[in-house]
Amino acid sequence: MSFHDAKATLPPGANPLAATASSVATLSKPKTKARSTKAMIDRYQWYEITALYAGIAVFLFFVLSPFIEGFLVSLKPLAQLFSTPYSFIPKTWSFDAYVNMWTSVPALGLHIFNSFFISSVVTLIVVIIVVPAAYSFARFNFVGAGALLGMFLAVNMFSGAVLLIPLFRLMRAMGLLNTYFAMIVPGAAFLIPSSIWLLRTYMLRIPRELDEAAWVDGASRLYTLRRVILPLAMPGIVVVSIMTFIGAYAQQFIFALTFNSKTEFMPLPVGLFAFFGKQEVVWNELMAASFVGILPVMIVIIFLQRYLVAGLTAGAVKQ
Amino acid sequence: MTSTRSATIFALALLAPALIYILIIVAYPLFDTILLSFTNASLKAGYDFVGWANYQRIFGVGNFTEVILRTIIWTFFSVSLKMVIGMAGAVLLNAAIPGQALFRILTMPPWIVPMAIGIYMWSWMYNGQFGMISGLLQNFGLVGGPVAWLAYGHTAFWATIVTDVWIGVPMVTIYFLAAMQSIPKDLYEAAWTDGAGRGYRFRRITVPLMVPAIITMSLLSLIATFNSFDIIWILTQGGPSGSTTTMIIDTYKTAMGSRKYGEGAARAVVICIFVSIFCLVYFRAVRKLQQGEAK
Repeated sequence: MSFHDAKATLPPGANPLAATASSVATLSKPKTKARSTKAMIDRYQWYEITALYAGIAVFLFFVLSPFIEGFLVSLKPLAQLFSTPYSFIPKTWSFDAYVNMWTSVPALGLHIFNSFFISSVVTLIVVIIVVPAAYSFARFNFVGAGALLGMFLAVNMFSGAVLLIPLFRLMRAMGLLNTYFAMIVPGAAFLIPSSIWLLRTYMLRIPRELDEAAWVDGASRLYTLRRVILPLAMPGIVVVSIMTFIGAYAQQFIFALTFNSKTEFMPLPVGLFAFFGKQEVVWNELMAASFVGILPVMIVIIFLQRYLVAGLTAGAVKQ
Repeated sequence: MTSTRSATIFALALLAPALIYILIIVAYPLFDTILLSFTNASLKAGYDFVGWANYQRIFGVGNFTEVILRTIIWTFFSVSLKMVIGMAGAVLLNAAIPGQALFRILTMPPWIVPMAIGIYMWSWMYNGQFGMISGLLQNFGLVGGPVAWLAYGHTAFWATIVTDVWIGVPMVTIYFLAAMQSIPKDLYEAAWTDGAGRGYRFRRITVPLMVPAIITMSLLSLIATFNSFDIIWILTQGGPSGSTTTMIIDTYKTAMGSRKYGEGAARAVVICIFVSIFCLVYFRAVRKLQQGEAK
């Protein structure tokens, strides 16, 4: 999906930069309550506190229940899964699924690696293409810049699913079917526009005077980009990389399903289809494999979550 | 900078890789879709132009208008629920209570795990015989017997919406939360000093100042939801008996299932027309909001 100008989302007079910074700060560490109006305005009655926690409990139950249930399923033996009456908590705990899944789907390790690999290459391609483009949009007011930027954003609105037929023909013509690139090339294309938008927003905040000073000192344009802008835009580039990686990681499905049929190249979401057997789905192993597969990336992302919020606040939107 | 001409050339050179990439991988397929929609392309090599025949067929025969209507209803409910639940989530996570930082992190998983994997989990939860939703409802005595959510048209329709909402809510919540936090604190403090209660402050300060964020998010969410494929495809593949077949699913089935590329392309073009309209509305809205801000 797409990005849009951070300004548009903020109330009149708010400074987008300050807003981003403060929301990142508050997310990483809750503000210490000083004895001021701020503390008093935030004071809750006991029933308000109860209501808030109850509300949060319901909200988080909705968000997390598939994970909780999925995790408990991975600990139940298959026979217990397919028995009634339903019991939420496993009657007998078993870690067999975590052992057996490697033999029932031998390529599982490869699928986990593929997911990571495809997302990493997509991220690399996107960053290499997006950095100069974002700089171009942020600094040069050439004729048609606005229209071009609009075109990039419009591209964002079309999903890969709509363009599947011609993309399939294109991949076939380029000889990319059943290779990593069948998933990487279209995957990157739909992430480029939003990344340009996000990075441009960051680069707009770098004072123009720096470019001009470098120019006066005789630095070439390319040198200015490399030695002045790039280091300053690094935080923005990190955010863009993380957002792109998540986008690439979360959306691996339709291209992998349609453009690749070789087991050795399948990313995890499609590789997991192997657990959908002919007779019945091996649910406990499927869930175990899902958890093991996503765990490394999840841990990394949890540590990087403040960048995610920064990315979103600057107008990034993924779905 | 001094010479505008060389600056323009440099700017375009910087843009070139992105531009070429998008032209080949997105713009050309878009053009090809339109072209194909006027042909009888299929698995067979070569094809002929057939004029408007594909369009006449999809609107004349079958249930295409029904599919369009269903897509609109599905999208409407999904987007509305995302906005309402996302707003509620943002309000809850904005409250200054212990655990705030942890709750915010716990909101994110549906957004960052591969969509397909989240959907597999849901497809088990919806299982009628052994799944959690049917199971817990039975345990609490709320339903008499097992409910196979994905086996009946109307329940499958809502089940796919719920899963779509589940995937969309974290992003909407975090986004609304950020917008909420960017509202100047002194507004609340001034209102509080004047004796305004919490509900009053929410109605008179939070909601009005969040309008731009709500509008942009609903439009973006609308476009993404309209294009939603993975959820329905994994849960129901458009079934049972077409009750969850949205335009995207319908196009995929025609093109990839029946290998009718020409007719599939015509259906894709209709989707593109819808998306373009949403796009225009979105761009206009953003421009309006920016102008409003400039005043």
